[in-house]
Amino acid sequence: MKANPRDVFTGTYYIDGDVAAAYGALAAGCKFLGGYPITPSTEAAEAFARKAPYVGAQFIQMEDELGSIASVLGASWSGKKSMTITSGPGYSLMMENIGLGAAMEIPFVIINIQRSGPSTGVPTSTGQADIMQSKWGANGDYEVIALAPESPQESFDFAIKAFNLAERYRVPVMFMADECVGHMTEKVVIPDASEIEVEPRRFYQGKKEEYIPYRRDQDLVPPIVKAGDGYHLYITGLTHDERGYPLLDHRSLPKIEKAKVIHKKSTNPYLVDKIRKNKDEIIEMQEDHLEDAEVVIVSYGITSRVAYRAFEQARQEGIKVGMLRLITVWPFPDDRIAELAKKVKGFVVPEINYGQIVFEVDRCSHGKANTILVPHGGASVHKPDDILGAIKKIVKDNKKYEQVIEYTTTLEKTIFKGSLTEKIKK
Amino acid sequence: MSNKTKGQKIKLTLPIEEVMSPGHLACQGCGATLALRYTLKALGRKTIMSIPACCWSVIDGPFPYSAAGVPIYHCAFETAASTASGISHALAQLGQDNVTALAWAGDGGTFDIGLQALSGAAERGDNVIYIVYDNEAYMNTGIQRSSATPHGAWTTTTPVKHYKRGPKKNIMAIMAAHHVPYCATANIAYPEDFIRKVKKAKNIMGTKFIHLYAPCPTGWKHPPDITIQVARLATLTNVFPLYEIDNDVYTINKKIQKAKPVSEYLKLQGRFRHLSEKEVQFIQRTVDQNWKRLLKLEEAFRNEKN
Repeated sequence: MKANPRDVFTGTYYIDGDVAAAYGALAAGCKFLGGYPITPSTEAAEAFARKAPYVGAQFIQMEDELGSIASVLGASWSGKKSMTITSGPGYSLMMENIGLGAAMEIPFVIINIQRSGPSTGVPTSTGQADIMQSKWGANGDYEVIALAPESPQESFDFAIKAFNLAERYRVPVMFMADECVGHMTEKVVIPDASEIEVEPRRFYQGKKEEYIPYRRDQDLVPPIVKAGDGYHLYITGLTHDERGYPLLDHRSLPKIEKAKVIHKKSTNPYLVDKIRKNKDEIIEMQEDHLEDAEVVIVSYGITSRVAYRAFEQARQEGIKVGMLRLITVWPFPDDRIAELAKKVKGFVVPEINYGQIVFEVDRCSHGKANTILVPHGGASVHKPDDILGAIKKIVKDNKKYEQVIEYTTTLEKTIFKGSLTEKIKK
Repeated sequence: MSNKTKGQKIKLTLPIEEVMSPGHLACQGCGATLALRYTLKALGRKTIMSIPACCWSVIDGPFPYSAAGVPIYHCAFETAASTASGISHALAQLGQDNVTALAWAGDGGTFDIGLQALSGAAERGDNVIYIVYDNEAYMNTGIQRSSATPHGAWTTTTPVKHYKRGPKKNIMAIMAAHHVPYCATANIAYPEDFIRKVKKAKNIMGTKFIHLYAPCPTGWKHPPDITIQVARLATLTNVFPLYEIDNDVYTINKKIQKAKPVSEYLKLQGRFRHLSEKEVQFIQRTVDQNWKRLLKLEEAFRNEKN
């Protein structure tokens, strides 16, 4: 389905990633934003609030992040594409409701403009340390989809993509931009509505009396109904069967039988299966010069733009480097990494954290290739030289490392080596 | 109370000691800085502050330039009151009875996200002073509406096309409904009154609440040199009356003989510039009604006062 022309603010803009994400969400047909101000994501809410009256959308400012996400679940379940915006601490507050949304299989999007953390961290500067939290944040087993844009243009594009994936699979989709992307102002081209592909909500088409809320299609995703259609529904965060009712008929059974009933009757296995079994459709990445690569840089978000510079420099120096940029960080491209691990010397993983995705890369390479982490404490981005250094180290060492090793960055050498304390003494 | 001071010159009774030091990071004309300066004059150095995300989490400044002059516990956004509860209980166990646990939060951290924590502390009667410096929006993140934003105001999330409609949350009524031993409104334009209230609160056991009015030139769009004027007008127009509730007994601290029209207060601020005459009249009516209600509340408990 094409986007509704009313929702698309076609034109060429000079805007930041936050604003672009808001425009992208509107273009995707988002009609509800329940938000709460938090640096560095507030600009997205502000942009949404400015444009909402013109497209029949609504922005409400909630009393806190718990309210934001809960209102989004309510609005989306009632039939409107919905999202919220947040950053670090707000994202942490949302976790319980993310689990609830995943269990109820409500499609929604969270725009998380990552700051550096933990806790309040540095609100106005960048980080990529919420990546693991986005997958593992809430209790229990469930799967989500996470996207990582690297530019304001992608902010716009991926916001649409996020909504499409959320509606397609009825999952929470995490839009994991970093503050750099959120606050970077660049040219953004918003195309005509006829060029924007939008996934409509997959409403139930069958007979009303035959509707069962969580009965699945062959792709494991159940169709959905909306408020006003006249269905009497009961949905819950309790483990439920396909009718949506809490699964209680196992109570008197012995433990081993109980487990069988829960596994067979509850919707729980589908919460992971619908993503894992469809992952080939979901996973997107950008590959560059992987054919002859000896070393592969695995990166995502703003870091991939820095890494690209290192990639170019290394190629100029004659080192065979390839780039693998994760567009969907979750689900993780396990198979592709495993395949590459068989033929390359090693992976260089720069991230603005002290090691998150690097361990995923290491896990998927099954000990067949080296993995070097180029860590970064946040508040700015890597120097291309650091990534280049890590590439050269793999080539120079030409041996198998026992474990994931950390590449000491120039940042650490220049800034952290006692200079601060010395200054204070003076 | 007001009759006593009528016609008299008010002597300067502010404590001389400056606990808060200059060199902070606030905007010019910030009401919140005056707010803490007066608070600490009243409470002295034996104070531990819990500050959630708010302007003051930035104003204080980076090491080594802390402006506050007292220890600060910068807590999570929703927990100013709960953190202060924990601090006060620990202080009691440590025998540090002369140290005050002060929760110092903005309007967002009190009226919105922190309300649950505040309500919990108030109901338990934890021994803390909670002061909300109210600048009527989320100013630290860049002027987003809060539930303390008054009717008619522009903010970045309530742009002129759909400006804030609906009244400001009556936090004093909420706290009064908790039957805390002491709550009061105060205004940075009336420092003597404010400091008296803080000192009074310090000597009461249990949860004390002060709703402090602190204009924000940046968010309210008025010149920074008229902050005090704007704040004073809020009380002179009865938009923000000064009163206290001492064990459920209401006392109005400043009764204006002839209140000024609210338009005088509104016209100084850019955030109300878009309002029509009709809207201004509506605001005037609401202010008058609230004032009448307050007079009745005071009257209801007049006998008990004597």
